[in-house]
Amino acid sequence: MNWGSASEFFAMGGHALYVWGSFGACAVLMIVEPILAARRRTTALDELRREIRARKESNE
Amino acid sequence: MSNGIINWFKFSSPQTFYPLAGKMIPWFWALTAIFGVAGLTIGFFVAPTDAQQGEGYRIIFVHVPASWMSMFIYLVMAFWAALGLGFNTRLSGMMASALAPTGALMAFLSLWTGALWGKPMWGTWWVWDARLTSELILFFLYLGFIALQSAIDDARRADKAGAVLALVGVINIPIIYFSVKWWNTLHQGASVSLTKSPSMAQTMLWGMLLMALAFWMYSIAVSLTRVRAIILERERHAGWVEELPELKS
Repeated sequence: MNWGSASEFFAMGGHALYVWGSFGACAVLMIVEPILAARRRTTALDELRREIRARKESNE
Repeated sequence: MSNGIINWFKFSSPQTFYPLAGKMIPWFWALTAIFGVAGLTIGFFVAPTDAQQGEGYRIIFVHVPASWMSMFIYLVMAFWAALGLGFNTRLSGMMASALAPTGALMAFLSLWTGALWGKPMWGTWWVWDARLTSELILFFLYLGFIALQSAIDDARRADKAGAVLALVGVINIPIIYFSVKWWNTLHQGASVSLTKSPSMAQTMLWGMLLMALAFWMYSIAVSLTRVRAIILERERHAGWVEELPELKS
């Protein structure tokens, strides 16, 4: 165990800005990217539904 | 003719790959979580403080995985691009397109975490050193690939143009990898190599390898998610798409 207390952990021996800046950027981007990728698929599905509905209506 | 050999060509059709990818994605997310939690636990709580760099060295646990993945994803992307050029398979081009944004993200994270590591240790965010510059070129290659593909309306032609760019850019990967050997760089040499035993503490090494596995599984999960979106976008006029259970509701 490297840390005596939580504040010691967050201080990262004076390198807090650099360590948390690195891990934070990774965390943020690696949460946002999957959301965007999943949304791209739901958008494509929505568009397909609209197309199919439009085709059905024009056939009636 | 079936003699126990898997018919890989069966999976090269978007129609069979789309549901297969959907089934694989949750497993890769689970592996990402397992390796990520293990890697972070070792990285922050087990691996000791570095004698020279103090706690600042812990950036290694994201910097090295992001850098490795940025290079590895490029190789995989170029592999699919080459396969698409050679065999004219539709799925190959889609795989290459799906990998590019994730590769760009890894290259960006490599540069970003590298800058945040460079500042306290070297006293500068950036130097025009061979390793850093070639990694920046890799980032631009990804952006160029994405921009080129989005500039061409016809998907199959976009695949071909992108493939040529991706294959020419492959030359950059060995340049990045060997840059610390070929030139006198500020960037340190490889901590882990295939030819000699690693020059770091065992627990540090394990933390780094587990994080690399987490980044790897993440890249697969997110690229599979994206390739499913791309399949739907490109195959929308195919009959099988309309039969998807997702569209029945």
